[in-house]
Amino acid sequence: MSSVTVPKKRSIWDGGVSPMNVSYGKMMMWFFLLSDAFTFSGLLITYGMLRYAHPAYEGDPDNFTFSTEYWPIPEKVYAAVPFLEGVHLPLVFVGIMTFILILSSVTMVLAVEAGHRMDQKDVEKWMLWTILGGIAFLSCQAWEWTHFIHGEPPGTRMPDGTIFMGANLVQNQYGPPAFADLFFFITGFHGFHVFSGVMLNIIIFYQVATGVMQRRGHYEMVEKVGLYWHFVDLVWVFVFTFFYLV
Amino acid sequence: MAHSENLTPEEAHKANVRRIWTVTGILAGVTALEFLLAFTMPAGIARNMIFVIMTFIKAFYIVAEFMHLRHEVKVLIWSIVLPCAFVVWLVIALLVEGSSIFAK
Repeated sequence: MSSVTVPKKRSIWDGGVSPMNVSYGKMMMWFFLLSDAFTFSGLLITYGMLRYAHPAYEGDPDNFTFSTEYWPIPEKVYAAVPFLEGVHLPLVFVGIMTFILILSSVTMVLAVEAGHRMDQKDVEKWMLWTILGGIAFLSCQAWEWTHFIHGEPPGTRMPDGTIFMGANLVQNQYGPPAFADLFFFITGFHGFHVFSGVMLNIIIFYQVATGVMQRRGHYEMVEKVGLYWHFVDLVWVFVFTFFYLV
Repeated sequence: MAHSENLTPEEAHKANVRRIWTVTGILAGVTALEFLLAFTMPAGIARNMIFVIMTFIKAFYIVAEFMHLRHEVKVLIWSIVLPCAFVVWLVIALLVEGSSIFAK
């Protein structure tokens, strides 16, 4: 049988072109972030499941006191601000952290925009602001963790009758042990992502500053770390709602 | 990043930066509104639903504009959005099933 070549309509999936119209590295960053989104979903689903496995506080929110018997009202737990010890300012500090992260996301997207214009000085400037924003966020988180771990007087009576102040993985003054465990795991896992993001940003900032991207002719690495950085901000948007607000 | 072909680089730059700050304004505004509701509205299902909707509005703007997904080709958009839609399904399914496991 003679081979007959039938002219066939070629699809974009037949090879030779990039069907998703992005580079390999950028596409892989997207799919890595998708898998990371699954991990964070798992953590937040666990939070929802464990929270509803515990009784909720039934009384008047104004008379709320900490107890290991029921799940605490989040805004009663996160009510401290540095230098204002003892003043009840619910969600103010976590609000400041949220704005720091949103603003660092904005400076990142401005760095990407400067990269499209091949403007090395602007990329450097905006990446430096992004790194500073990341470090500021991590510092805030360090303070928040310290406050959470050390607790505030007078402490709460534990099931064994002792008074305990602060929190660790086994017991905490704010509510059932699972509450502190989830706080450490979820904000810790997110904080580790922020830390990794700052490290990646510093590496890319160094390469930008030494002119590597300018010689390469494009700033796509800035876009890739930018994607990661925005994802970190995106996760915080969900953590903020489901951990602090709801 | 230029979304219009007829702009000079300088105009495109200005338009992009304006767009970025518009999105920033939306994100900051929605977050500020969430704070306002946290202190003025009684806690309950209604307030939680508003918080969830606002979270998705913010997520949309971050992914679509900051991560630039809105301007990618359709195949890439769907390969990211569709798996996430299944996760949302999983969340709803687990909350419904979970409440029957722990029902008293």
